[in-house]
Amino acid sequence: MNFIKTSRVALMALARNKMRSFLTALGIIIGVGAVIAMVSIGQGAKADVEKRFDEMGSNLLFVRPGSMSFRGRHGGGGSYQTMKEADAQAILDNCDAVTYVSPNVNTRSQVIYQNKNWNSSIYGVGHSYPIIRNWDIQDGQFFSEQQVKAGQKVCILGSEVYENLFEGAPAIGQVVRIKRIPFRVLGVMEAKGETGFMSRDDVIFIPFKTAMMRLLGVDSIQSIDVSAASLDSTAEAQAQIEEVLRIRHKIAPGAEDDFNVRNMSDIAESASESTRILTILLGGIASIYLLVGGIGIMNIMLVSVTERIREIGIRMSVGAKERDILLQFLTEAIVLSLLGGILGIFLGIGSAQLISRLSPMQTVVLPSSIALAFLFSGSVGVFFGFYPARKASKLDPIDALRYE
Amino acid sequence: MQNNVLIELNDIKKIYTVGESEVHALKGVSYSIRKGDMVAIMGPSGSGKSTMMNIIGCLDKPTAGRYILEGTEVSTFDKNQLARIRNKQIGFVFQTFNLLARTSALENTELPLLYSDVNAKTAKEMAMKSLESVGLKGRETHKTNQLSGGERQRVAIARALVNSPAVILADEPTGNLDTKTGDEIMKIFTQLNESEGITIILVTHDPEVAEFARRSIHIRDGLIERIEENGR
Ligand SMILES: Nc1ncnc2c1ncn2[C@@H]1O[C@H](COP(=O)(O)OP(=O)(O)OP(=O)(O)O)[C@@H](O)[C@H]1O
Ligand SMILES: [Mg+2]
Repeated sequence: MNFIKTSRVALMALARNKMRSFLTALGIIIGVGAVIAMVSIGQGAKADVEKRFDEMGSNLLFVRPGSMSFRGRHGGGGSYQTMKEADAQAILDNCDAVTYVSPNVNTRSQVIYQNKNWNSSIYGVGHSYPIIRNWDIQDGQFFSEQQVKAGQKVCILGSEVYENLFEGAPAIGQVVRIKRIPFRVLGVMEAKGETGFMSRDDVIFIPFKTAMMRLLGVDSIQSIDVSAASLDSTAEAQAQIEEVLRIRHKIAPGAEDDFNVRNMSDIAESASESTRILTILLGGIASIYLLVGGIGIMNIMLVSVTERIREIGIRMSVGAKERDILLQFLTEAIVLSLLGGILGIFLGIGSAQLISRLSPMQTVVLPSSIALAFLFSGSVGVFFGFYPARKASKLDPIDALRYE
Repeated sequence: MQNNVLIELNDIKKIYTVGESEVHALKGVSYSIRKGDMVAIMGPSGSGKSTMMNIIGCLDKPTAGRYILEGTEVSTFDKNQLARIRNKQIGFVFQTFNLLARTSALENTELPLLYSDVNAKTAKEMAMKSLESVGLKGRETHKTNQLSGGERQRVAIARALVNSPAVILADEPTGNLDTKTGDEIMKIFTQLNESEGITIILVTHDPEVAEFARRSIHIRDGLIERIEENGR
């Protein structure tokens, strides 16, 4: 019996029992749908991370205290108090591959405007921060170098903070209180939008000096954002920064650095690595559904073989060979799981769209994950269809014909 | 003479083993059936009639003895070879019809052709012709459950005929039918035998049904007891 005939026989047999066929395929439909939806969440997170890094500009470098290779033992990067404002200035003055620097200190605090109250991240930064981060101001203007040096009590609001405290009313010139200290609002940042798992607009920028003196009472900074002259000069900038800091921190040749410099592509890589792991994890969980769906197919195919023993006997009595019966039942299983796969793909795409519409999570369905799901569901059919098909083909024609 | 022999059974024995005990269903049957003959096999229940039919029909293999069908010894054939013989040289008609449920008369009739190398179009033509020859023209699209018992048995005969087999084997073909319908079925068999020269072997308990055949073979306890010529 050739392939076309086998497929026709299998399709006819499936059509004779539409409800059973649908129920058999249901496991695969849900399985494939779940895989596609879950993987789309992981892919969405990945796309989100990549977009954010793109926006930040890839000539960005971060300098943090603490050594890279001893991070674990030293209780995490950033726990040192060795980074000073003067380090940032030295980098700007001595490294010709560096165009901008911004010393940073962060904290969280309650912010009060009139009778409204909001808990937000407070970023103490330098005046070059908007240029380094490629982040425009929407209203008003960022604080100047003089205002930073003077430690003025001025602030720029992230759009979310602005919405929550001012609800659309003019903010420039108004006074908000951070830890009871009054800050004059200079402007509002452009909205970066809600992306992924946290908002980037729930933030208030103040001069880093003000933050150090008034809010934190420290004389060290937490990190330095650096902008290299161009994308090609990031490696050069990194080397220059390391040289300057080793001299300033009096680190002997061969000794461990008490700081580390990371460039954007390193960070982007490790971030997309973690979203990759997320994708695998989500896909793995969803694959269990697919496995269960496959076992469902096997289960119902086995029942179906028992139910159809007579049919098998009849087919054998008119000349069906073992191979013909095997192929018929195998084809039925494959057709069912492929049809289930196709419906599952639609279900998955639909769910992915629903997820991105109803939740802050972004989803991306890649053609490759559709192809993979299709391929996988076909293999499920072969794998789980084989045992019942073999069982059917091994029946003895007389026993099968006599079966009540 | 040799050329005229269709079926040659030579000391055929069949032993079924059920657990510890053995059932000797056939104890050495030797008989030859000529081409174009119409034979009724009779005998009490459990005498081995169906066992003999299954061996002749290549659904089963004898425990001992030689079975030669159209000059070829088939008792040594493997499963696939037997399936091929069933497909090309044998047509079955069963007491319980054994049609596929929820399937049209036409598709049921086409079934043997699915397992041969006939293409779909020819298969359909052959099945239509076969249905017509049993008087079911116009019922091609009826599903099994929309047909009466007599009509179902006719579909079964059409299916048995469709591959132009050397022999049609009918195990109690009238067993589930009333006398009148049974007679109609038997008339179809006699007509196929007389005008088309198709060899027919049937099993029956009913002497009146056996009358339709040219001769009756009486079996008792797995052995041929006597042969009766019906003078047709
Ligand atoms: N698969 C089997 N396993 C064991 N014993 C069997 C098997 N098939 C038939 N027998 C036994 O072989 C003997 C002959 O059975 P067979 O079916 O040939 O009888 P029969 O003449 O067709 O009877 P009936 O008229 O009732 O159909 C019986 O004793 C039966 O129990
Ligand atoms: Mg019997």
